[in-house]
Amino acid sequence: MGKTIAEKILSMKSGVDARANDIVIADLDFVMGQDGTSPLAIQAFIEMGGLRVFDPRRVAMVIDHSAPSPLEGVSALHKKMRDFADRYDVMLYDIGEGVCHQLVPEKGHVAPGTLVIGADSHTCTYGALNAFATGVGSTDLAAGMISGKLWFKVPETIKFVLHGELPPGVFSKDLILYLIGDVTADGATYMAAEYVGEAIKALSMEARFTISNMAIEMGAKVGLMEADEKTEAWVREHSSLPYKPVFADPDAVYAEVREYDVSKLEPQVAKPHTVDNVSPIGEVAGIEVQQCVIGTCTNGRLEDLRIAAKILEGKKIHPRTRLIVAPASRQVFLDAIREGIISTLVEAGAAIVTPGCGPCVGTHNGVPSDGENVIATSNRNFKGRMGNNKAFIYLGSPATVAASAIAGKISDPREYWR
Amino acid sequence: MNLRGKAHKFGDDVNTDYIISGRYKFKTLDMKELAKHVMEDLDPEFYSKLNKGDFIVAGKNFGCGSSREQAPLAIIHADISAVIAKSFARIFYRNAINTGLPLLECDTDLINPGDELEVDLGKGIVRNLTQNTDIQVKPLPPFMLKILSDGGLVEHFKKHGTFNLE
Ligand code: SF4
Repeated sequence: MGKTIAEKILSMKSGVDARANDIVIADLDFVMGQDGTSPLAIQAFIEMGGLRVFDPRRVAMVIDHSAPSPLEGVSALHKKMRDFADRYDVMLYDIGEGVCHQLVPEKGHVAPGTLVIGADSHTCTYGALNAFATGVGSTDLAAGMISGKLWFKVPETIKFVLHGELPPGVFSKDLILYLIGDVTADGATYMAAEYVGEAIKALSMEARFTISNMAIEMGAKVGLMEADEKTEAWVREHSSLPYKPVFADPDAVYAEVREYDVSKLEPQVAKPHTVDNVSPIGEVAGIEVQQCVIGTCTNGRLEDLRIAAKILEGKKIHPRTRLIVAPASRQVFLDAIREGIISTLVEAGAAIVTPGCGPCVGTHNGVPSDGENVIATSNRNFKGRMGNNKAFIYLGSPATVAASAIAGKISDPREYWR
Repeated sequence: MNLRGKAHKFGDDVNTDYIISGRYKFKTLDMKELAKHVMEDLDPEFYSKLNKGDFIVAGKNFGCGSSREQAPLAIIHADISAVIAKSFARIFYRNAINTGLPLLECDTDLINPGDELEVDLGKGIVRNLTQNTDIQVKPLPPFMLKILSDGGLVEHFKKHGTFNLE
């Protein structure tokens, strides 16, 4: 009986013949924590009697969620992380370096066939690089830092076969929103998602990250893709790790196989207050928005900013709306400056904030007011997510958000996309 | 171990932002403080209504969203003795076991708001004392029971120094 990608990677890393629903203890290739989860992990590390981390080159902490610190309390937590990094010699990416899920791949810490945990739910992003990467909590992070191991329940896999080619003005964000709307927020709970087909192959690595990033929004543990030439080129450019692409066996057993043709897909928008509350753009176009956000670990990469700039070039955002842009990393920010993207966005009226999570999780950088509508490129629209439970958050692609910023209301980007 | 208290009922897809909002969790590691804001965005009065030992009872996909361990910790520190739901999101499930918060998966349509419940963790039974019914619970895998009975993953590590599946 063949194996899925998830079963193969967990077999390799645990040294046993791992099948869906087995529980294994596996060796970790990389371990990451961010500023919302690391402080508790540090506390657990000490309580567990941790004396050292298993391998300082395989552990990173990222200060991105609330960075730079807006409050004394946060500053104390950041300091705790800096002190820990100093003392145990682990990598620290401080304020302004970027969002953890951009940094871990960009800095070369993940490669095909690796096993990565991050104390952040969107760690599944790196599945686009053919890595088994999954989010855990702080205590798991502490256990991982100490032992270099963690227990996993081997997931069953849902396979998504995506045929066809995305039409102009429709992007990988629209595709993943559509899939989440179809499968629902818990449709893949405890499972691995595998995304295959020519629609995936046609996407850039950057666009693929967006899809794997949101696997958790259907409840999945990982969002895996196969490695192809684009994956390998990307990994060679960013990493010096040895790697071994892992493919599913032709006779692998899947919990479910779902096939889609993407060639007629329209831009999609998730409406408040759940990510699976998805509509085609036509049903929401015209809703006024007071704040537009481009960035986050879902859509803050260079390609995303380029798409937004293409739409905003020579235009001004609507006087009754605000546009906040958070580049996903310092590197993305620099590249965007060099390409002239940042001046285009700023001339159009964008406020650029520090590379990092931006206003995504409501700790700083653009908390909406009561009754306001926000459209964002992020991955969650839960009530209160951006720091105000009386605001309404819509999710769309960078193109949809840029078009909406110009019109001051949710708009179809295809009107601007030529 | 038997737990006893009143049911506080919520719907499907209660996410970690509702359990404890991001705007609090970044400020402090003081769990008693965080506990005061538990479920606040769904019910601003929730914390003040709680009695020691009460239960959160919910629909499917409880705990979806972020990996914040502050979610189960805030629940524990609000003196809630267990969460009973139709199903749980994966990371929350791990975090709850790791921090020692008991979770019970069963048909929660059989529980009304305010019902008095008694939970027998060992036997895996939720007893609805108000309605005089027993609800069968999906059993936990033995490895997780072991971590729970050690008192969470920190205690498990203290005891064994590493993971111990046996
Ligand atoms: S950008 Fe948003 S979703 Fe991504 S890691 Fe930061 S807070 Fe989480």
